[in-house]
Amino acid sequence: MAAKGTKLRKTAKAAPNKKKAASRAPKKSHLLLVATRKGAWLFHGDAARKTWRADGPHFLGHVIHHLMLDPRDGRTLLAAASTGHLGPTIFRSTDMGKSWKEASRPPAFKKVPEGQKARSVHHTFWLTPAHKNEPGVWYAGTSPQGLFRSEDGGVTWSEFSGLNDDAKYRAWMGGEQEGTPDGPNMHSIIVDPRDPAHLYFGMSSGGVHETRDGGAHWAPLVDGMEVVEGFDARNLTFHDPHCVRMCPSNPDRLYQQNHCGIYRLDRPGTMWKRIGKAMPKKIGDVGFGIVVHPRDDTRAWVLPMDGQTVWPRTSVEGKPAVYGTRDGGKSWTRLDKGLPRDQAWWTVKRQAFTGDSATPVGLYFGTTSGELWSSASEGRSWSLVARHLPEIYAVESAQIG
Amino acid sequence: MLIASPLRPYTGADEVMLRGATLDELLDDLEARCPGIRFRIVDEQERIRKHMRFFVNGEPVFDLAQSVRPTDEVCMVQALSGG
Repeated sequence: MAAKGTKLRKTAKAAPNKKKAASRAPKKSHLLLVATRKGAWLFHGDAARKTWRADGPHFLGHVIHHLMLDPRDGRTLLAAASTGHLGPTIFRSTDMGKSWKEASRPPAFKKVPEGQKARSVHHTFWLTPAHKNEPGVWYAGTSPQGLFRSEDGGVTWSEFSGLNDDAKYRAWMGGEQEGTPDGPNMHSIIVDPRDPAHLYFGMSSGGVHETRDGGAHWAPLVDGMEVVEGFDARNLTFHDPHCVRMCPSNPDRLYQQNHCGIYRLDRPGTMWKRIGKAMPKKIGDVGFGIVVHPRDDTRAWVLPMDGQTVWPRTSVEGKPAVYGTRDGGKSWTRLDKGLPRDQAWWTVKRQAFTGDSATPVGLYFGTTSGELWSSASEGRSWSLVARHLPEIYAVESAQIG
Repeated sequence: MLIASPLRPYTGADEVMLRGATLDELLDDLEARCPGIRFRIVDEQERIRKHMRFFVNGEPVFDLAQSVRPTDEVCMVQALSGG
């Protein structure tokens, strides 16, 4: 199905410091890719990342789980879509969303003989462009959990490696009726920039896993990760990594926001260290997303959610704040200037917190209540980009031009 | 076949004349005319998706193997739920 792009809609006035921005060369423009429960939006930012122009909605009424721009060509957009009522698909655009074309073979499990336990993809949850030397190759993680790969820029998708049918992994992946209330999700598919055959992914639930041979063999990487009290950490089913990020400046360092804390792993080590223990006690270290600095592996940011008693998973005490570390997680600093002081009971999902690669680093997050926030100062101060959007599922940033 | 409204961007029409002796064959014919549409109605295990409903001459049908005659009227609708 081809879908037309939507008219541009302005939400902010022109940048007041246009002269400054124009003098910089080469001029890159900033893009935020916002996926929501009712459609997608592109927000085009000026060079200073102070004002943003909204382009959307695209796919109004469709659930857009993730929207990604291919950094290798700077033009291919993939949108993981479903509706509440139709099956899942992937849409593809090469003209910044002016037109979209549907994948001719979206991710789907193989058909099994009658009587066997059958799976069908409910939605594609996560999209990752592959290695820079593999143009057109993408990975997708689905719910129920499955790993898929496209080698033609997202037009056709196939199950990747034997993972989806591996008996051990199938047990850890859980089925459609198991896992988290919104369904079990495969996420955080990470490609080592030094080696296209070295991949990681996370399963909520099911742990963190790694291959060093392009998917021929996979191994769990969960040592040191805690599970909910009363459960056995040796059983991978109980491990719930929410988001794993690799430091671009040091691919041997991973950070993880887990259902049970914030962690760091330095390879070739295999033991995660719970760096969230250094967070203030009353804030805790529960959350969904984590962002790493593009050039400094000692720096990362989290957005804590209330994980007490019945796990409200909202801003702690209704006072949203980002916490940043500058020493690999030994200490954390509260960063909340510009954010509401109270009565803001936000939830920010794992894909809805991201950063850019500019200097200083821009941070962005979207709430389930439809607010999009940005900081062009590495979290030191925050400003509202948009509100009244539908429930935000994912926010990604890109630089174009 | 009357086409459910969310799928009309595929067909460009409210109704499509289709060939086939079963509901399954009608959907195959629909797929041949409108690539991609079948997967949004039927999953990879050949199960009609949860929110899709078929009626043949006004009677609900849940089985893709249901036979149809040339004069039958087939309606496909979506069962909306939630907000």
